[in-house]
Amino acid sequence: MFSVPLSAPDDFEGWRAAARGLVMAGVRPADVDWRVAGDPVPLFGGGPPPAPPEGAEAPRVPRDFPDLARLVAMHRDGERFALLHSLLHRLQAERGLLEDAADPEVARAQAMARAVRRDAHKMHAFLRFREVRVEDGVPAMPLPPPPPVNVPRDPARPRNARSVALALRDLGVLEEEEPGAAGKEAVAAPMAPSALPDSRFVAWFEPEHHVLRAEAGFFMRRFASLRWSILTPGLSAHWDGGAVRFGPGARRADAPAEDAAEGLWRAYFASIFNPARLKPDAMRAEMPKKYWRNLPEAREIPRLMAEAPKRVAEMVTRGATPAAERRQRAVHLPAHLRGVPDVQPVMAADLPTENGDFAEAQAALRRDLLARNDLPPWVAHATQPVMGEGPRHPLLMFVGEQPGDEEDIAGRPFVGPAGRLWNKALEEAGVPRGEAYVTNAVKHFKFKPTGKRRLHQSPDAGDITFYRPFLQREIGIVQPRLIVTLGATALRAVTGRAMPVTKMRGSLLRDPEGRPFYPTVHPSYLLRIPDPAGKAREYDRFVEDLGQAAATARGMAAG
Amino acid sequence: MVMELREKLEILADAAKYDASCASSGTEKRDSRDGGLGSTEGMGICHAYAPDGRCISLLKVLLTNACVFDCAYCINRASSNVRRARFSVREIVGLTLDFYRRNYIEGLFLSSGIIRSPDYTMEQIVRVARELREVHGFKGYIHLKTIPDASPELLAEAGRHADRLSINVELPRAESLKALAPEKDGRAIRVAMAGLRMRIEEAREAQGEAARVKVAMGGGRRAVAPRFAPAGQSTQMIVGADASTDAVILDTSSALYGSYRLKRVYFSAYSPIPDASAVLPPVAPPLVREHRLYQADWLLRFYGFSAPEVMAGGEGGMLDLEVDPKLAWALKHRAAFPVDVNRAEREMLLRVPGLGAKTVDRIVAARRVRSFRMADLARLRVNLRKVAPFVTAVDHHPRAGLLDRADLRALLLPRDGLAERAGVAAAGMLARPVQLPLFGGAHV
Repeated sequence: MFSVPLSAPDDFEGWRAAARGLVMAGVRPADVDWRVAGDPVPLFGGGPPPAPPEGAEAPRVPRDFPDLARLVAMHRDGERFALLHSLLHRLQAERGLLEDAADPEVARAQAMARAVRRDAHKMHAFLRFREVRVEDGVPAMPLPPPPPVNVPRDPARPRNARSVALALRDLGVLEEEEPGAAGKEAVAAPMAPSALPDSRFVAWFEPEHHVLRAEAGFFMRRFASLRWSILTPGLSAHWDGGAVRFGPGARRADAPAEDAAEGLWRAYFASIFNPARLKPDAMRAEMPKKYWRNLPEAREIPRLMAEAPKRVAEMVTRGATPAAERRQRAVHLPAHLRGVPDVQPVMAADLPTENGDFAEAQAALRRDLLARNDLPPWVAHATQPVMGEGPRHPLLMFVGEQPGDEEDIAGRPFVGPAGRLWNKALEEAGVPRGEAYVTNAVKHFKFKPTGKRRLHQSPDAGDITFYRPFLQREIGIVQPRLIVTLGATALRAVTGRAMPVTKMRGSLLRDPEGRPFYPTVHPSYLLRIPDPAGKAREYDRFVEDLGQAAATARGMAAG
Repeated sequence: MVMELREKLEILADAAKYDASCASSGTEKRDSRDGGLGSTEGMGICHAYAPDGRCISLLKVLLTNACVFDCAYCINRASSNVRRARFSVREIVGLTLDFYRRNYIEGLFLSSGIIRSPDYTMEQIVRVARELREVHGFKGYIHLKTIPDASPELLAEAGRHADRLSINVELPRAESLKALAPEKDGRAIRVAMAGLRMRIEEAREAQGEAARVKVAMGGGRRAVAPRFAPAGQSTQMIVGADASTDAVILDTSSALYGSYRLKRVYFSAYSPIPDASAVLPPVAPPLVREHRLYQADWLLRFYGFSAPEVMAGGEGGMLDLEVDPKLAWALKHRAAFPVDVNRAEREMLLRVPGLGAKTVDRIVAARRVRSFRMADLARLRVNLRKVAPFVTAVDHHPRAGLLDRADLRALLLPRDGLAERAGVAAAGMLARPVQLPLFGGAHV
């Protein structure tokens, strides 16, 4: 049996240095007695372990082992260092060991790491500071004499009669830098607490594991501008700027017994509780009773639970109550928020389609669409109708399929990926953007929700038929020289019949009203072509089509 | 008459408690080493739990519970007899800082009744956030409720100060909103949420761009990019105030997630309020239903289930209240089981009732070096009773015919939750007293 001393219950670095040597020397984990400073001395203590042989190879570990080991080392389980030694030993032969969560030792280490993480998290959550008045960072109360230096003490057993002031006095005696990554950060940006110079915030907390040293950085980063002390049975931490300092453990009586803000906090806790949703088990699962004695608000729990059924029964018995006589009034609200429509519905027949104001005609089209109570059911999920954009009497009026995800969000047509490609092609075809009007056959985005994205769904014959009168009216308002249909939906919406785009594309045709139109593909088709060569070829053809359409339109008489 | 601060706090917290959200997670990292007060490190923290099992992470209050809207489900509606109160900006700022310094909270969730006008109300809300951030250097979490019709400038400032913004859709269908919240406009709410998504994405892109530029320039001073609600947006839907089925609710929530890239859609069981409207008399809150909806929502978003698959576990567009939706699906698709834990694809393991996503990942990693026995599953903290009929392992094959037994469902009914049942039954409220441990109840 060999004996290995560690300087503190959470002395991970000490364990690491020793364990490396033990594994190199081939000492079996069962033959080591890990002794933490302050532990009772056993009757038959072992001697120091043998030194590793010359040239022995240092042990190797997978990347996630140090993090796991650091957490396990904070666990209060007396066998934690032996378990880690065993894992380190086995990892030399079993490289993939940590992947096997069903291995008994790995499972145990992971369970311990989980418990430590949870303990740390609960410390972040349930620690409560109380404010004390101080002068120059030291509480305004008499200091007892300082304790003797360098006497190891039992960290599990608090010293008697300590006070906040004493814990602070100890700082000068037991000064330590913060370990690990948090320590580095602390050194990188030391600062002096500036807010509330006359206050110190002191907390008493009873962690289940040895987490304070590792977690002090969290409180330092959060409360860097305050002076604070965290007292626990095994260790205390203090912040006055510079670096977190650690001192010996304390007792509950060393921390202040109350705080002026607690009355308000308890009132908040009681008021935010909904008695109709009483679920004490859910509360206890997350906030176990062992924490309650240090939580000022927990005092309210028994009362709140006892009163809840009665409060709910009263609400139910009382039922509905008559409306207030002095109702809150909406004097300053704009009309439409008071339930008064801000626009009078405009009858389609009254529309100034020929010579009226262009913008007003477009707005009326939108209003009429929104006023329909027979919109396809899927429209309920769309954000807004996306109407056409562009000048009146344009050279070309482009009709696409339907708005996509980005169009639905922005409320503007052709701003998504296909729209950007169309824009680029238009430019390459030499058509000024100002001479093009762009719209869609279907004015809402039809999609299927899947997980995090919206899957575009092609409009069906019924959808196209529903929106067709609006498109026809829009064409009447816009009066383009030539309509360009992009893809099958637009072709169908303009002609009223299903036709194959590939056969029709590139020819000048006339719709049932006798208006000229020119069919080509939809730019989203180009985006879907997988091979780059084919994509480039089709894109060139598309640009050609647009150029052809523009040339044709220029050749036609205006109007 | 001057009202005590404590009295105001009681009224305005009571007025805010029907909003389920209390999350404080997912925002940028920041702390107070360079001044100010507070930090956010990614993970949300629940500083306390109320006896309703809900997380208390933020100081969740209304600026005022005066309101000119008359939403039938709301305790603060214009025609309610509830006592009205209003915080001054200074009072909320003071409470937030005092609570934060004592480690009671992660930050503030501020909402308000609509007073005077949307812009006036929004301006009041924004002013609190501005003062916390700019005067006090507050680095904690801020969630602001957004008023849909407020001006773009106010929204931009709200997004600059807040970590999260939210607009509640309130009800799953436009018709219900029209009937129960006549002043609210479902379309305006959607357009506003779309606007938030645009700004959030623009800011995120700009931040990414700024970071790339910073790297290209070899570090140096922090690149400046406009900030906008780094923890995204969320919304809430009330369950049980209208006649919408679960199918409709899930359909709407999926569409909302996809459309506005929401961080969360909260379901809130319609709960009795002290001063109920005649339109919506007080009833038992459908807590189990709310819980099942959260579970189903999880299956849709993280377990590869489609909406029809989830709904296939129930009847008539409603989820099965007695068993969780994954078990309900499995009971109706018994031919797909048992699944071999040593060979099955990850997708199929995710369908096994009792195996969560994390456990499935651990199994997939561990089975490279191990052939699973039931004891191995137990070491991964799997509930063997629950999975046994649906899996095979080296030492386990479900008894022949077990999966075909008509009473399999009865065998698998949860045995836990008896205490909950007693508690709820005592309140004399719940028609179907079945309660399961929450997984939709954690709000961080």
